[in-house]
Amino acid sequence: MNSTDRGPEWSLEASDTANVIVLSGDWIAQQGHVPDFPSDGLRQARPGQKLTFRTDRLGRWDTGLIGFLWALKQGAAQAHLEMDADTLPDAAHKLLDLLPDRPAPAPPIPRRRFAPLATIGSLTIDSLTEIGTVTELGVETAKGGVASLTGRGRMRLTDLMSNIRDAGPSALLIVSVVNFLVGAILAFVGAVQLRKFAADIYVASLVGIAMVREMSAVMTAIIMAGRTGGAYAARIATMQGNEEIDALTVFGIPVSSYIILPSILSLTATMPFLYLYGSLVGMLGGFTVAIGMLSVTGAGYFHQTLNAVALDQFGFGFVKSIFFAILIGLTSCRIGLQAGRSAADVGVAATRAVVVGIVGVIALDAIFAVIATTIGL
Amino acid sequence: MAPQTPDTDSRETLMSLQDVTLAFGPKVIQKGISFDIKRGSIFAVMGGSGCGKSTVLKSMIGLLKPAAGHYLVDGEDYWTSDPAHRQTVSRRFGVLFQSAALWSSLTVGENVALPMQMLTKMDPATVRNQVELKLGLVGMLHAIDQYPSEVSGGMKKRAGLARAMALDPDILFFDEPSAGLDPITSARLDDLILNLRDGLGATIVIVSHELPSLFKIADDGIFLDAKTKTPIAHGAPSWLHDHCDEPQVHAFMHRERETESGRTD
Repeated sequence: MNSTDRGPEWSLEASDTANVIVLSGDWIAQQGHVPDFPSDGLRQARPGQKLTFRTDRLGRWDTGLIGFLWALKQGAAQAHLEMDADTLPDAAHKLLDLLPDRPAPAPPIPRRRFAPLATIGSLTIDSLTEIGTVTELGVETAKGGVASLTGRGRMRLTDLMSNIRDAGPSALLIVSVVNFLVGAILAFVGAVQLRKFAADIYVASLVGIAMVREMSAVMTAIIMAGRTGGAYAARIATMQGNEEIDALTVFGIPVSSYIILPSILSLTATMPFLYLYGSLVGMLGGFTVAIGMLSVTGAGYFHQTLNAVALDQFGFGFVKSIFFAILIGLTSCRIGLQAGRSAADVGVAATRAVVVGIVGVIALDAIFAVIATTIGL
Repeated sequence: MAPQTPDTDSRETLMSLQDVTLAFGPKVIQKGISFDIKRGSIFAVMGGSGCGKSTVLKSMIGLLKPAAGHYLVDGEDYWTSDPAHRQTVSRRFGVLFQSAALWSSLTVGENVALPMQMLTKMDPATVRNQVELKLGLVGMLHAIDQYPSEVSGGMKKRAGLARAMALDPDILFFDEPSAGLDPITSARLDDLILNLRDGLGATIVIVSHELPSLFKIADDGIFLDAKTKTPIAHGAPSWLHDHCDEPQVHAFMHRERETESGRTD
């Protein structure tokens, strides 16, 4: 191949003996100058004459030239012209031979028909199937849990302890920071209003009741959905992609015992305590703001908190956090198991687990609020 | 296209596929699959890339229910039997996956131990002994405390083989055991498979398109065609190499390029 400084050029020289395609210049795809072969590029060609090539002025070339020749070959076939590729450089001839006669036809564009009833029906069936699957998974896991409690289970204690370590102590810092700030924000907001009525001391009641009854349980659950739920889904989705779940299935090792039960149990074991810890830290946040901003003494704040927050409020939050733990554990594991097998599917599964976990926690909290109002708690 | 086969093996049939169709939803992968696997044989599922070899294996190990047909193990239909029976049959299977599929959060030793811990009543000392024995058989005892991410591809395959043997199965399935291995490691793995068959009396089903390996170890097999989505030849790889006149099989066995007319050059 000779080196030239000219751009790629081609021309057709039609004569009574042959149709000659003259190629000259550099045909380098990445330089962006390679021409497309026009659909009417062989209009001037003499019918019945062979299509040959003259390449004595052809410079450097790469797949840019081959792409042009491929289009030319298809054009020649359409014009019923025989192409003599032997007149091309040997390497170009070989590459051209590797290509099919024509590109693969574009796949048909799927037509979307407007069928609301079919869509609603399909969504309903999918939703009911999913509810059934999650319920079955939950029941299997619960059975595995009961079997483990009675000593007949297949769950390994080492897996449970390792999950508890990840879900509990490792989450303390973020639970502390978030709940402290939430308690402080509640105190700020409350202080501005309560000061107008000289009711500064009631900031303690506001922060105490809000943290114990709602905020600590919900904020801790949201943290765990983002932190642990997402991690569970990503881990299980990765196992799916690596055929690790298939290996468990073939051995007959129940996924519910090996993966789901330790995950749910570790969340169930740690989240109520994280909730209690979060409540205390949140109240500490409120206390810090109240002492700094308001005319409230430490002893007064403490006394008011004890008066305002009844023990059953703690019980309510404690029970809620157990249900939140089960919800996060079950949905994130299910989403992980449902994931596809590519790297992108792992990311999708983690994101879905976080979104479903957070929305699920807030929806479940709303149900608890209705129940609490109904029973007068 | 009638499958070509020499039927000279008088050993007892252990597994049979009878007119099996495999599909993912509406997409048919293979249809009309029928073959018998004799007890103690090494049976190869052959074919080019994308012809559905691994899908056949998935169905045989219980991961994919056929769209039609029957899969018999010791005369019993695997897929129509109750789940408890299916579980009992599956306990006889040991599977080496294409990627080895070792559980990545466990060490090599824990990988071999997990099935014993979860599915048997062995005490910890027996489990430990068994793990050392199985890893010793595949030459991986030195890596007992290493994680899968810390060992090479060949070592992963050997560890996967040790795990497949964890519950002393009498039927071993190997999905592309030589894929991604250098020729020497691949040849060692072939010797290991032959020794396991001879030593343990196991029946082995191997999915592969590695010709040297297939010629060396397999004594029966089936060839799947991607175009017709059907099996087109039965027989030992070496027999197919010498006698089969199906163009696709001939091209595959002789590493030739098949032309569009079906002939080889």
